[in-house]
Amino acid sequence: MKRVNVLGIARMIARKDLKVEWRGRVLVNQVLPFAALVMVMFAFALDGDDLLQRAASGLAWMATVLSMFVVISRSFLVDTEDGALDAMRTAGLDMRGVYVGKSMALFLQLLVLNVVLIALSLLLYHVSLTFESAVLLVAIVVCATAGLAFVGVLYGGLAALSKGRETLLPLLVLPVVAPVVIGAARATESAYGTAGARVGEGWPWVGLLFVFAVAFAIAGLLSFPSLIEE
Amino acid sequence: MSFSPVTQASKGVGTPTTRLIGLIAIASLAWVLFGGLVATPPEVTQGESVRIMYVHVPSAWVAYLAFITTAVASASYLLSRRRSLGFDRVAGASAEVGVVFMGITLVSGSLWGRLTWGTFWQWDPRLTTTSFLFVTYLGYLAVRGLGGTHHQRAKRSAILALLAVLEIPLVHFSVVLWRSLHQRASVLSTDGDVKMDGLMLFTLLVGVVAFTATFAWLVMHRQRVLAMRDIVESRKLDVAIAQRTGEGN
Repeated sequence: MKRVNVLGIARMIARKDLKVEWRGRVLVNQVLPFAALVMVMFAFALDGDDLLQRAASGLAWMATVLSMFVVISRSFLVDTEDGALDAMRTAGLDMRGVYVGKSMALFLQLLVLNVVLIALSLLLYHVSLTFESAVLLVAIVVCATAGLAFVGVLYGGLAALSKGRETLLPLLVLPVVAPVVIGAARATESAYGTAGARVGEGWPWVGLLFVFAVAFAIAGLLSFPSLIEE
Repeated sequence: MSFSPVTQASKGVGTPTTRLIGLIAIASLAWVLFGGLVATPPEVTQGESVRIMYVHVPSAWVAYLAFITTAVASASYLLSRRRSLGFDRVAGASAEVGVVFMGITLVSGSLWGRLTWGTFWQWDPRLTTTSFLFVTYLGYLAVRGLGGTHHQRAKRSAILALLAVLEIPLVHFSVVLWRSLHQRASVLSTDGDVKMDGLMLFTLLVGVVAFTATFAWLVMHRQRVLAMRDIVESRKLDVAIAQRTGEGN
């Protein structure tokens, strides 16, 4: 049998997850409408253009985190329901590859989600961008989404072992992603120029988001195989 | 100090060591009660409310001690060649007791904050980190209760405890960065620092000893109870298997 390295497995798993998503269209048909609804509901709850503009960055990221739970649960449900995760283990796949692959797939899905949500926040809450702030925004979205994806797959795998206890995932993940929510929301505030923030103030936060993503990527690579192999 | 599992339930879970620690805890707690409520003077700016300190500071210390104990025991489980479940039970017991003390810290802290800062809650890095540690612990205990074999539970929760060691400094740092970029709350009347005389400092130190002894006593007993529970579970399984094989004959 041909031996496949970690990156090869990662590519395979990512392709599989994205294919499953493409065929099921859960992201497009359910998660995106859900996230958009959350954004509209925020507007209802926080009546007033000033307040919405001030809160726009935080709301976009909270909507991302809330929608992320749906995507993660779905991703692992597909794997556990018909024992695919066990089958991958039995086949002797390197679980680090599975971790990277699932993270890549989740990253791409969250990226789509994020772009739509940020665009929505620009439209709904009347925020405008300059070239400088757009560059900052791209950096924020990439770093924060990577952090969310690495954490999401790591804890999603753990929660997937607890069949029928989906409530566990938010309890485990929300405290961990707090730095991402703080960092991404504050940095996005700088990009939007709301609350008197300047664009330059956003970059230290991007640094934090980057460190977070790297730290959890390493932690995930080290611990995911042990969490799954039981 | 011994963490060996107790095999005979009739013996109970007390040993000379735990009894000694228990006595130290009772004696020092008695002093904290007397010293904290009667012997020590009220503080110049804070008045009587400073007495909350004798509970708040030691319980915060124990909460963080419990967190460290859980992390060290978890790492010991993963690194030890024998994969001794004793480490896992110490980690679990310490986390359970830690959650209680963290709850006491948060409640006593917010009461003290109301009296000195004028508000129950402030987005202070220490406060925020402690509350996140509390929620993280709740998640940890939930994962411990997921079921599976004892070693599955041990491995899973040990990894989670070590991930918390990564998470908590990141949360703390991000909150520090967040607060440093924002204006401080203007309701602050004092900064919460206390000018202490000798008796106050002594009572506070006795409080730390008292709470630490209580923590050690609770953890030692609890881990033995957990060991007994594990034994009962294994025996039930053995009995069940014996019955099944008996049916087949």
